[in-house]
Amino acid sequence: MPAHNATSPAATPNGFGAAAVLGAGIGSVALAVMAIAADRVPALGRVLDFYQPTGPLSGVTTMGLAIWLIAWVCLHYRWRNRNVALGSIAATALILLVLGMLLTFPPVADLF
Amino acid sequence: MGFGALYLLACSGAIVELWRRYRPDGPEGISRRDEAFLRGYLLVMAGLTWLTVLTGAYVIYPWYRAVPPPGTADLAGFPQRLLLSSPATIDWHSIGMEWKEHVAWLAPISITMACAVVFKYGRHLRSQPHLRNVVLCFLLASFLAAGIAAFFGAMLNKNAPVVGGRVIQIVTEGR
Repeated sequence: MPAHNATSPAATPNGFGAAAVLGAGIGSVALAVMAIAADRVPALGRVLDFYQPTGPLSGVTTMGLAIWLIAWVCLHYRWRNRNVALGSIAATALILLVLGMLLTFPPVADLF
Repeated sequence: MGFGALYLLACSGAIVELWRRYRPDGPEGISRRDEAFLRGYLLVMAGLTWLTVLTGAYVIYPWYRAVPPPGTADLAGFPQRLLLSSPATIDWHSIGMEWKEHVAWLAPISITMACAVVFKYGRHLRSQPHLRNVVLCFLLASFLAAGIAAFFGAMLNKNAPVVGGRVIQIVTEGR
């Protein structure tokens, strides 16, 4: 994601917020993609069966959350002290969020 | 279900407060006490969502997907199998439960992010319109996700109540 060095009107650089927002967008879509993958690939579903009573959902959510946190931490360390182009990052995060919501809807997920 | 209902109530309040306090022409002079209150409020909300999804996935869901012993005629204690046993109710599982069990997780992701942003920026969100707006959108999405999960949770419970119990028969198909 492109960053710019323009001075923000706020005293606090917006990088922290941008990392949190984009991380959440990535996490949302990662969770949905993991759910579809576990459903479509039986071998992956079995691998993601971390806790038998809950089944593959346990692994899908654990991996989705891990991807979210890793993405957030990586972006945070990259942007924490900078001002970045928040408009495009916010738009990307929202697109990922909407995509994540849509992909969890079974009739949409069944298209893949 | 109780945590989810509490979250829905709290979420609507958080959306209104975030919008009202941090809009550019919002109230002047937000006190430290007000700010601390909102931070605490969001922190409690984040805790509620995590409690909701974790108890849902690791306590309720195993009861829902319990497998009946071979030859069981009465499927009342096995909600997933009960729903799948009739064409009239199969969609409650294949659409309702399948959607609910995944979309619900978007709520804790969104509210945790919102909580972190409000903790970091507080009143400075007023001068960060993109950030404020995107946080509000994520909060709305979390409200929607929690609403979907709550709606299908209620409907599923109406069609095939999760009774619970001390013994969980786990799925062993394909092992």
